[in-house]
Amino acid sequence: MADESKAQIDAATGTQFKGHEWDGIQELDTPLPRWWLWTFYATILFAIGYTIAYPAWPMISDYTRGAMGWSSRGALVKELAARDAALAPIHKAIADTPIEQLPGNAQLMQAAVEGGRAAFKVHCVQCHGSGAAGSKGYPNLNDDDWLWGGDLTTIEKTIIDGVRNPDHAETRQSMMPAFGRDQLLTPAQVNDVVAHVRTISRQDKPGAASQRGAPVFADNCAVCHGPAGQGIRSLGAPNLTDGIWLYGGDADAIHATVQNSRQGVMPRWGDKLDKATIRMLAAYVHSLGGGEAAPAPEVPAVADAANGVQSQTGQ
Amino acid sequence: MASKYFDHGKLERNVSLLGIAALLTVAIGGLVEIAPLFWIDNTIEKVEGVRPYTPLELAGRNIYMREGCYNCHSQMIRPFRDETERYGHYSLAAESMYDHPFQWGSKRTGPDLARVGGRYSDEWHVQHLKDPRAVVPESIMPGYAFLSERPLKAGDMSKHLTALSRVGVPYDAAAIAAANDDLKAQADPNADAEALKKRYPKAQVRDFDGDPGQLTEMDALVAYLQMLGTLVDVDAAGAQEEPQ
Repeated sequence: MADESKAQIDAATGTQFKGHEWDGIQELDTPLPRWWLWTFYATILFAIGYTIAYPAWPMISDYTRGAMGWSSRGALVKELAARDAALAPIHKAIADTPIEQLPGNAQLMQAAVEGGRAAFKVHCVQCHGSGAAGSKGYPNLNDDDWLWGGDLTTIEKTIIDGVRNPDHAETRQSMMPAFGRDQLLTPAQVNDVVAHVRTISRQDKPGAASQRGAPVFADNCAVCHGPAGQGIRSLGAPNLTDGIWLYGGDADAIHATVQNSRQGVMPRWGDKLDKATIRMLAAYVHSLGGGEAAPAPEVPAVADAANGVQSQTGQ
Repeated sequence: MASKYFDHGKLERNVSLLGIAALLTVAIGGLVEIAPLFWIDNTIEKVEGVRPYTPLELAGRNIYMREGCYNCHSQMIRPFRDETERYGHYSLAAESMYDHPFQWGSKRTGPDLARVGGRYSDEWHVQHLKDPRAVVPESIMPGYAFLSERPLKAGDMSKHLTALSRVGVPYDAAAIAAANDDLKAQADPNADAEALKKRYPKAQVRDFDGDPGQLTEMDALVAYLQMLGTLVDVDAAGAQEEPQ
């Protein structure tokens, strides 16, 4: 290796040689481009400034908070506060308006439906589907067939308290017995009552089995589903005579329902969502097509009917 | 660049010296970034409500890891408006303090699961795990129908709890001794679960997979999913780091 002290200048470039040589090849000691070097120094300066302005250095029990006082959680709080402030007037108006009076204010109802549409996509689509059409075991919210009732107040209560929440006293509760599994009915009786249900839902013609099933139905099922199988909403007992089935209306599905019962669960949202969001969800679900007018005997029925129509045509 | 203060040439020509200098440089970065996490208050904050997993939840968690759920699902809600609006309150460090290993991440092929507990019914989870598209038509998640057919073979949970207690999860001797009984009791609505509930506050005891006769892998996984994010009352004052 050549002696470094005797560095030479390369004639072609005017740059000093590094001073070592391999098989006749020498290395130039080209200085770093000035622009690069100053950019590099600038990044160091920026880094120093950054660690002063923003949270950076760990200490004994804490860290330097930074001169600007920024924190990711603080930024979130500010952002949410800005959102809440923007939405506060409308949310407050919705939360302060009793839900049965919501349709009376077309503008507020419209806002509630739109807010509900957004909240539905976050919290409800997983079960009820993105178009609220439901699927087996999850009710379709577009039709006018309701298990618990389809007026605004009832929908709101269902959302707040859920269905069959084991740890919540207010929840909607209906417990169809497992007639077959728990041997409340013999297997033959189960088959007969299935035939009867197939008949009253006008899927099968009356036959010997369905005739045998009629008294079984009257003794065991009519107390909740009504003598004609029309269902009783206050008990959450579905109407068996319409063409709408939550778990399927074929003989096998009905047999499985009578045999083992069905205990679908809906989470309660009263402890997860705020009052205004729940009210907006109720308004949205009500607006989907099957919303019913409130069955309120105290206020004039005409006004209610008008409100119901308004909310449906508002969409 | 030759300098009168520091001859970089010497460093470059001496491999051992270069190695030591590189190690020192990297070590400084590591010490500054990693080491303080073990003593800075807000990374080791204790939060009311966090408890170790019950044996059944732990078995479900093992299935979760075995099936690679973490490849698509993270368990870390970041403090951003879009994430908190969709998934709930942002995750606190303490909520994963008994996770070995933790399930953090930000790659959301599937939704974040940090607060999925209680959001859906058990039946929904069973249906969704068996055939995701039956309930979410646009889902790309694979089906896991076999979980409800396979009996849970969790192994000796006492040993599992012992191993975890050695890395700092506070299982006491009673919990370790009762681990195998607790595993079965949590999914058996007829079992006496009072001791279990006392040991593990907010533990949910019921048949999870809709088949009370058998303790399946589905029971364990659904039990685990249903407890995620349910332990801490995030709105309580103690749970929040003071935003600056």
